[in-house]
Amino acid sequence: MPFRFEDAASLRDGLRRVDYLSDEGIAGVVYLADRLQKPVLVEGPAGTGKTQLAKSVSEVLGTRLIRLQCYEGLDEAKALYEWNYKKQLLRIQSDRSDEHDWAGVSEDIFSEEFLLTRPLLEAISAPDPVVLLIDEVDRVEVETEALLLEILSDYQVSIPELGTIEAKQIPLVFLTSNNTRELSEALKRRCLYLHVDYPDLEREKEIVLTKVPGITENLADQVARVVRSIRQVELKKAPSVSETIDWAKTLVLLGVEKIEEQTASDTLNILLKYQSDIRKAAKELVTADGVSV
Amino acid sequence: MTATSIPEGSGRSAEAAPWELGDALLELLNGFIIELRAAGLPVSLTENLDALEAVKHIPIGDRESFKYALGATLVKRHNHWKAFETVFEVYFSLRGREYAIGEDSERLDLEDGELDDARAGDQQGAGGAGENLSPEELAEMLFQSLMRGDSQMMKGVARQAVRRFAGMEPGRPVGGTYYLYRTLRNLDLDGVLERLLQQAQDTQGEASEMDQRLWRDEYQHRIGRLHKEIEAEIRRRLVADRGIEAMAKTLRRPLPEDVDFMHASREEMVNLRKAIYPLTRKLAARLQRKRRHGRRGPLDFRRTVRASLSYGGVPVEPKFRNPNPHKPEIFVIADISGSVAAFARFTLHLVYAISGQFSRVRSFVFIDGLDEVTPYFEGVEDINEAVHRVNTEADVVWVDGHSDYGHALGVFWQKYGPDIGPRTSVMILGDARNNYHAAESWIVKEMQDKARHVYWLNPEPRSYWDTGDSIVGEYARHCDGSFEVRNLRQLEAFVENLV
Repeated sequence: MPFRFEDAASLRDGLRRVDYLSDEGIAGVVYLADRLQKPVLVEGPAGTGKTQLAKSVSEVLGTRLIRLQCYEGLDEAKALYEWNYKKQLLRIQSDRSDEHDWAGVSEDIFSEEFLLTRPLLEAISAPDPVVLLIDEVDRVEVETEALLLEILSDYQVSIPELGTIEAKQIPLVFLTSNNTRELSEALKRRCLYLHVDYPDLEREKEIVLTKVPGITENLADQVARVVRSIRQVELKKAPSVSETIDWAKTLVLLGVEKIEEQTASDTLNILLKYQSDIRKAAKELVTADGVSV
Repeated sequence: MTATSIPEGSGRSAEAAPWELGDALLELLNGFIIELRAAGLPVSLTENLDALEAVKHIPIGDRESFKYALGATLVKRHNHWKAFETVFEVYFSLRGREYAIGEDSERLDLEDGELDDARAGDQQGAGGAGENLSPEELAEMLFQSLMRGDSQMMKGVARQAVRRFAGMEPGRPVGGTYYLYRTLRNLDLDGVLERLLQQAQDTQGEASEMDQRLWRDEYQHRIGRLHKEIEAEIRRRLVADRGIEAMAKTLRRPLPEDVDFMHASREEMVNLRKAIYPLTRKLAARLQRKRRHGRRGPLDFRRTVRASLSYGGVPVEPKFRNPNPHKPEIFVIADISGSVAAFARFTLHLVYAISGQFSRVRSFVFIDGLDEVTPYFEGVEDINEAVHRVNTEADVVWVDGHSDYGHALGVFWQKYGPDIGPRTSVMILGDARNNYHAAESWIVKEMQDKARHVYWLNPEPRSYWDTGDSIVGEYARHCDGSFEVRNLRQLEAFVENLV
């Protein structure tokens, strides 16, 4: 099994080429995931590019991204596999006229032809090395989490009627979580852990520069600074990276060259989504000696 | 494309493991992991092995990557990261290349130390070249490094400052904080901050309030970095002096979820407050989930018959109505007297967070009288303001301002008792130290009869219960559960249990 990345630095360059600005930690952990053939559990505040990381990695590798969006009530039939019972019925019916015995039919209808693959099984049985993204894994119930364990540690799926399907290649697996509940120890143990936090000033500025066409370096710098200051205020929901980008785009559209207090407080509603947060941030920004709470 | 295409068939063992772990490193890692466990991090055997495997793939000598490799394999909760970082710094602080404590730099350090000593002897610094700066020069260097945000220079300043001001002596049994305090006192960072702001204003001309705010944040950020450098330098020296294990032990702090509410420092309290909000979100999410999936509603006759048509009228697939979602109503009754002051403050934050998540929360506070404080939390933006109002405006003192649970409960029962219904969950928070007043525990019993649940949360360790004037046992008898809630871990356990 060849490795995907030569070293962390080259991975980082690759990600930069597809406009994902990682930092040393992010690139390092993804690189290790490939080397150790382990899944990565990505946690962090909303809107910091957790899902985008998986997408970008698959883009760097030029491989398919298979995505399993988790939600409450997700079950085996939607995550792993399902028998195509309609087709099975047809098969049985078409046999009626012939003199087939039961054993022959039952063996026949529980074969791969009648198996509907769902994302997890698909990722494993794909012939080419794919990237598997299990998004928002914290949304499923604890019991459903157990479904993932076999695939995450051994890269195989056991189907009672068929036996065990082993991976043809080891997919690179990303799990993301918004931490609405504590994931089970068993799941965590099988993964490498990566916490993606809000980027620091320089990185955020770079992100704005790459993602917002036509922005001046000066404005990007200012945007990043204002956002950093706002994040220090105790808010219900701190501005995420995507909101920073939206804000920067708005400022460019408005033809702003330098952020003044007035423009800032007029456009804060793009950055913040709660009325109380907006008021608070606006107040904080204009008090120069604001000792952040 | 960075993906390397290694020719097929190149075996794993041949490609991986560019270096093998030496015995010394293995030993060190072992000690490191033992220390992590001692600090409370749940490191399992598999994670241990993963870590050993992971470091093999890291270029030797790259300290940052080494740290991330260990972090990704050993730390699976973000709020443990700080504890991990501390232990890491202690164990590997002497080993990075940029820290360069090789043979010769150690010698340099020593020489410097001697020089300093000699200078201290004749009171007058020789001043001059290289490392031996006068205090004014050092202050200027500090100013410049912060002005430019030059990390290399900051590192140098931090080193110098610690060497000069901390007054570290080998074998002296004082903690790192003492040295930190001494160093910072001499640097006068607040003064420097003012100077920096002045300078910025002078060079950039008139600035708006917002600009000033941004500058201040920027400089504070840089000063924070310097602060970290100084801490690291002190730690490095202490480790060199006392040895790794002793140092790790003195630096051991309880994990965020183990911090005792009653004895939390201010900084810890801030962190706790931040942790509350996600916790209540979890609680709400869990309650909702339970409500939707808990049990099925009554049989839906119409849909059952409709479904039976496809089976020739045989009702093989009974249909059920969606369950009547029950909307929880929560009453929080909290003791805010002096004996549980720290816990009370925390409680109020908790109440605030809960009321944001549930539609019907009513909160009451008491000492020896009792008052409803629900309106204080409604539509407030600033929780601190609400807490302040609760502490100053709520009418909770009846006679002398010493806890009297009996009377407080009596007032509650009289005024608000009729509001308790079969859907109400009552949470009483307090240490039940009643100053030998009448207990009036029959009220709790009555409450339990009427309400869905009654829970008692006590911030004292269980071993103190029912000692002295604590009568928690008498109340707990009538509750659906009484819990020791001294830290976040226990609070989380309670939340998990609740739903």
